[in-house]
Amino acid sequence: MPLPRLIPCLDVAAGRVVKGIRFQGLRDVGNPVSLGEAYSDAGADELVFLDVAATVEGRDTLVGLVRRVAERLAIPFTVGGGIRTVADADALLEAGADKVSVNSAALARPDLLTALAGRLGSQAVVLAIDATAGKVRSHAGGVATGRKAAEWAREGEERGAGELLLTSIDTDGTRDGYDLELTGEVAQAVSVPVIASGGAGSADHVAAALEVAQAALLASILHENPARLVTLRDELRVLGVPLRDAA
Amino acid sequence: MRVAVCEYGAGNARSVVLACERLGADVSATSDPEMVARADLAVLPGVGSARSAMQGLAARGLDDALRDRVVAVGKPTLGICLGLHLALESSAEDGGVRGLALLPGRAVRLSRGRVPRIGWAPVDPGGEELYFAHSYSAETPAATATSEGLVAVAESGSFVGVQFHPEKSGRAGARFLERCLSPA
Repeated sequence: MPLPRLIPCLDVAAGRVVKGIRFQGLRDVGNPVSLGEAYSDAGADELVFLDVAATVEGRDTLVGLVRRVAERLAIPFTVGGGIRTVADADALLEAGADKVSVNSAALARPDLLTALAGRLGSQAVVLAIDATAGKVRSHAGGVATGRKAAEWAREGEERGAGELLLTSIDTDGTRDGYDLELTGEVAQAVSVPVIASGGAGSADHVAAALEVAQAALLASILHENPARLVTLRDELRVLGVPLRDAA
Repeated sequence: MRVAVCEYGAGNARSVVLACERLGADVSATSDPEMVARADLAVLPGVGSARSAMQGLAARGLDDALRDRVVAVGKPTLGICLGLHLALESSAEDGGVRGLALLPGRAVRLSRGRVPRIGWAPVDPGGEELYFAHSYSAETPAATATSEGLVAVAESGSFVGVQFHPEKSGRAGARFLERCLSPA
């Protein structure tokens, strides 16, 4: 197996990194290109850019952002938020993204995954799943689907997703630790890599998540501070987690 | 040194061009067989499916251009990921696809671990950690480096194929590309 991965996640809107509280009062906290580069220098194994506004007007801005990020970043990066068609995904990959992440659009039309995998290859298709109490919710957690996370994960894999980004709504932003039960259940149900998301508050939490998942998404714990990634990597090494040498 | 990155509708040509530019190379993405023939180094990148990629190469005459420069002329040529698979005699992908036969062997579906195999892994000899993202893997007697028992680099004549993505492998990837870009 490849080494466990640490993946900082940056929320972007209108081409800037933003921070909000429950998606309200978004505050501009930086330039995605320079922040992405700083995370890359700090040893990020990959980056995820999540377009939290995901408006139709914002699509061109997003493609422009991906273009600028690609010019400076020599590690893989995934872009998600509001991708509904193969054409949306194509434009982002053409601009330099390595993978796209889809969520609500795939729930509404599961064959989108097949179409994306056929066009881009499975390795470029990430299925993002948001779940609470083991059940999937769509539209940033706003809509219950009644589907079991592990079942949807398995269907997503069969339809062409090459990776799963699994966020527990129950632990997201709490910094109380990842939802290991949900993550373990989904990881057992599929044979594609799983990225655990939601709840990282300490190196112990991340190490525990990397026992059951192949990668850990890092958001609140980093607080837009690349220096925290450096110390976190050191702490994880002390805990015996094998991370790559980024030098 | 002039570098031509093959653009044929199945690649991440842009990432490779950007990575070479960062190293100061005179590099462009092209689907013109003449430019591929003339370049000091040609790069065959690739993500996606083997069948549509081979069709994309053939439709542009890039398959012959690559064969000529490697087999007849012996000019340095680098295949990346799917570009390595396309250089083999065949791939098991998409029900079986004939390759460029620049390297002996074939590409087979990964059967161990999680597939796609995604992430950073050491390449031996050397132990340098590079980024992989693949569901198929080369089986070839021309292997010169491995990663977790899988072919990571294969070489024959003037062709070098790599399973990892040097253009996405941070500083370690840049060091690899730099060696490809420095004249022998």
